[in-house]
Amino acid sequence: MSSTSPARPRSPMAAPRSFLWARRIFLTLLTGFVLLPVYVMVSSSLKPLEDVSGTFRWLPSGLTIRPYIDIWSTVPLAKYFMNSALVAGAATVCSVVIAVFAAYAVSRYRFRGKRVFTVTVLSTQMFPGILFLLPLFLIYVNIGNATGIALFGSRGGLILTYLTFSLPFSIWMLIGYFDSVPRDLDEAALVDGCGPLGALFRVVVPAAIPGIVAVAVYAFMTAWGEVLFASVMTNDTTRTLAVGLQGYATQTEVYWNQVMAASLVVSVPVVAGFLLLQRYLVAGLTAGAVK
Amino acid sequence: MRSIRVAAIGAVTLSLALAVSACGGGSSTGGGGSNDSPKTLTYWASNQGASIAVDKKVLKPELDKFEKQTGIRVKLEVIPWSELLNRILTATTSGQGPDVLNIGNTWSASLQASGALLSWDDKNFGGIGGKDRFVDSALGSTGVKGEDPAAVPLYSMAYALYYNKKMFADAGIAKPPATWDEVVADGKKLSKDGKWGLGAEGANLSENIHQVFVLAKQHGADFFTADGKPDFTSDGAVTAIKQYVDLMAKDKIIAPGNAEYAQNQSLSDFAKGKTAMVLWQTASATFASLGMKDDEWGVAPAPVRSGTPGTGTAVNSMVAGINLAVFKNTDNHDGAVKFVKFMTGDAEQKILNKAYGSIPPVKAAQSDPAFNTQATAALRDTLAKSAEALPQVADESQFETSVGTAVKELFADAAAGRPVTTASVKAKLEKAQQQMPAK
Amino acid sequence: MTTTTANAEADRRTVSGSTPGAARGPRRPGRIRRVGLPYLLLLPALVLELLVHLVPMVMGILMSFKALTRFSIRDWSAAPWSGFDNYKISVDINAPAGEALLHSFWVTCGFTVLSVGLCWLLGTATAIFLQDTFRGRGVLRTLFLIPYALPVYTAVITWAFMFQHDNGLVNHVLHDQLGLTDKPSFWLIGDNSFIALLTVSVWKGWPFAFLVVMAGLQNIPKELYEAAALDGAGMWQQIRRITLPTLRPVNQVLVLVLFLWTFNDFNTPYVLFGKAAPEAADLISIHVYQTTFATWNFGTGSAMSVLLLLFLLVVTGLYLLLTSRRRKTADV
Repeated sequence: MSSTSPARPRSPMAAPRSFLWARRIFLTLLTGFVLLPVYVMVSSSLKPLEDVSGTFRWLPSGLTIRPYIDIWSTVPLAKYFMNSALVAGAATVCSVVIAVFAAYAVSRYRFRGKRVFTVTVLSTQMFPGILFLLPLFLIYVNIGNATGIALFGSRGGLILTYLTFSLPFSIWMLIGYFDSVPRDLDEAALVDGCGPLGALFRVVVPAAIPGIVAVAVYAFMTAWGEVLFASVMTNDTTRTLAVGLQGYATQTEVYWNQVMAASLVVSVPVVAGFLLLQRYLVAGLTAGAVK
Repeated sequence: MRSIRVAAIGAVTLSLALAVSACGGGSSTGGGGSNDSPKTLTYWASNQGASIAVDKKVLKPELDKFEKQTGIRVKLEVIPWSELLNRILTATTSGQGPDVLNIGNTWSASLQASGALLSWDDKNFGGIGGKDRFVDSALGSTGVKGEDPAAVPLYSMAYALYYNKKMFADAGIAKPPATWDEVVADGKKLSKDGKWGLGAEGANLSENIHQVFVLAKQHGADFFTADGKPDFTSDGAVTAIKQYVDLMAKDKIIAPGNAEYAQNQSLSDFAKGKTAMVLWQTASATFASLGMKDDEWGVAPAPVRSGTPGTGTAVNSMVAGINLAVFKNTDNHDGAVKFVKFMTGDAEQKILNKAYGSIPPVKAAQSDPAFNTQATAALRDTLAKSAEALPQVADESQFETSVGTAVKELFADAAAGRPVTTASVKAKLEKAQQQMPAK
Repeated sequence: MTTTTANAEADRRTVSGSTPGAARGPRRPGRIRRVGLPYLLLLPALVLELLVHLVPMVMGILMSFKALTRFSIRDWSAAPWSGFDNYKISVDINAPAGEALLHSFWVTCGFTVLSVGLCWLLGTATAIFLQDTFRGRGVLRTLFLIPYALPVYTAVITWAFMFQHDNGLVNHVLHDQLGLTDKPSFWLIGDNSFIALLTVSVWKGWPFAFLVVMAGLQNIPKELYEAAALDGAGMWQQIRRITLPTLRPVNQVLVLVLFLWTFNDFNTPYVLFGKAAPEAADLISIHVYQTTFATWNFGTGSAMSVLLLLFLLVVTGLYLLLTSRRRKTADV
């Protein structure tokens, strides 16, 4: 791990004892804090119901995989899973493609209204979701009435919404990243007869892969974890995990072991993907946002 | 500089144009109903059974029956309670909702005010066999008094006292308590060794409202004046709420942990034998699904201050229940009325209310022996004799939120060991009353 | 293997990119053949931002000037205009609605300051401690990113379970095992709910700060440290004199982003407490949600949101002004 890690050692000389001890204590405590909920999630998901409804116990009285079987029938988890995967996947792809185009335009061209565009797009990060939830919903309904494209209650509407949530940050990060790709490269491509889009896809995009992956990871996580809009804009057939998981708690009893098992199941794909791609994220942030 | 300004103006104009064009839709669908699609209906059912899957299993065969009779296909969606009001809200604002839907009967007046629901005037009521088929108490919570109802009663429920027979026997209690004094006395005998007398859902706003509404009635108080103005701080109301919270704070027959219950944990405690009594509406199916056998629990009328349940200050339950409503802008008006007629028909009433353990609000269906069992007789009698509807005012949901929250906070105080006094109760209620919209 | 090469590439580019001037080299407009192309490239982003953010926001602002209640919600464009009534209700701090909003505002401010501060502190400290290579560093870095990678709702649900009164881990440890409290505490109702909310928010949020600071640290040239070491500066001094000052531009962005996210956070309190948060943890987003959705009073709700937006605009503007001025003077 450390051999491929991009970090630089700070100093050639050995760290003093005080620093080493501070580091040891700090990191130990922090690890405990970080891992505690993870442990609770994993261990509780393997406990029988009695263990999670009585006083908390560190070790299960007996291990069972029952919760992992039951979660699929207590609520239609598989369906929610499919919905979330579809919505988050599509939102990610669209968001990345659109962000690449926009960032390329801002990074490589000089045109009127450029500042207005970047400032406006970035400032949408500031909008409280609650302010535009109802209006957005009304717009979707009216688009549906006018054109017959069902946006409200459909996965399409949710995809559209989520992709714009990650768009501002993605564009901003990619502008930074594209700026750091030497301009000579795509100008050489232009000289070779590529069109501007050819230059973008043959030269700039391949050189900016870490940044693009970072943006994709961010977009996927945003879409996978959103709760507020999902709770208003989905119905029985399009419900996503964020809303669907609450189904375990609205029953007559809170099946905490199932809740934990389901939480684990829906977390694993995102966490695994994230951890696999984390080096890209750091590289992307280094070159893009943090300059 | 100029170009920026031009771009900005362009963007704003475009947005406004889009926004204005977006205005149109609401009104175009906001008008009356039609019969444009006579072959299909969309029906939103509330979550009545132990889970949404159970609801689907109960309703599916009935909807098939309806299709066979009328040729109308009903598209069913069962909506969890946590989402139902928001879904109705979005349906109301957009005009894109179901044709027929279930609503909590306490919402009737609120939803009536929005004007989105079909009014059940004599003509529409005629289409389903007339008003007289329904029990009066159930009709009492279908909208503001003096106006045409906004919905039709579908299932009725009432509060009763459920008790654990074995725990009562072990504590040497011969019969279930009939008055609050007896509840407290028995509760004290039962609250020991980690077990508790009574369960409550302290963080569930509606549940709090249902309980304090009845207690206030018993103290001769109402939360709204006759002309619909909020009146939360009367002595009767303060005494009632203090009495309810004191069950935890002073009498200590409710476990402090109940202060954060909002997801029916009190029922699961009861089923596990952790608490000996709960006040609940039609809990039998839930107990069964939690693994408690029917002969392990008993049911008695909810307590009163003294004497026997009746009217006035002897009320011992709210009229709980579900109403069936039709969206005004339905594109299958006749089909929707037919569907309501089908669902409130004698035969369906028996089947559905049996499945959910509730009581039919339809007189003819009530006589079925199924509604005269241990589980249902107490509920039926309560509904007939000693239940009263929650205030039917447009601001009912604000009332539930503000007073329900006040009770929740008082429970939190009690659980944390802070004193709950007449003054502290009154202060909370004053605050709650101020939060009501000015009229 | 590909990842390693990509990384090396990224690194190389970073160096060239961070050289002042290189990124903003001279533009050659002659190369751009079609003037319309940039607009075409921007079009999808522009249309979507208009559709999902800007137009709805304009509508939201319009709504805030209307008496939009349950009586008129069926057709919002026909709802009567009410001038500044909704704003008067929102800011009248002597009346309950305004008082509650103000209370919620202070709670949110306190929460945001504490949460952002702690997230930044933990993130920066960890990034600095993990700057040198040592055994287990890679593993720790991966572990520390887990909270950030978890979907919000699963993380918060897990914490909600831990904070349960009767069967939660927190009470079990504090009360049953350590005996620190007389009796089990309530974490999800009453005053403690603030602590619960803060804990969850920091747990979930600090890895982002860590990630960004870690990225920022990689842009510090090694030579700076070497020079400082030659001057006899110890480890702690190097951190104080080199690491922290160089991180300043990174922090400027990081703190702003954290501030906006935390201030607007809806998901955490919503999943932790449900639709009505306890008074002590009544964050403004959930407060507005409650005002709007529980009572169907969208006029007042929109007015509150607009006030919130104005506040954030002003704070962000001031912040950028102050930090960029300080940065300029620092550069001189």
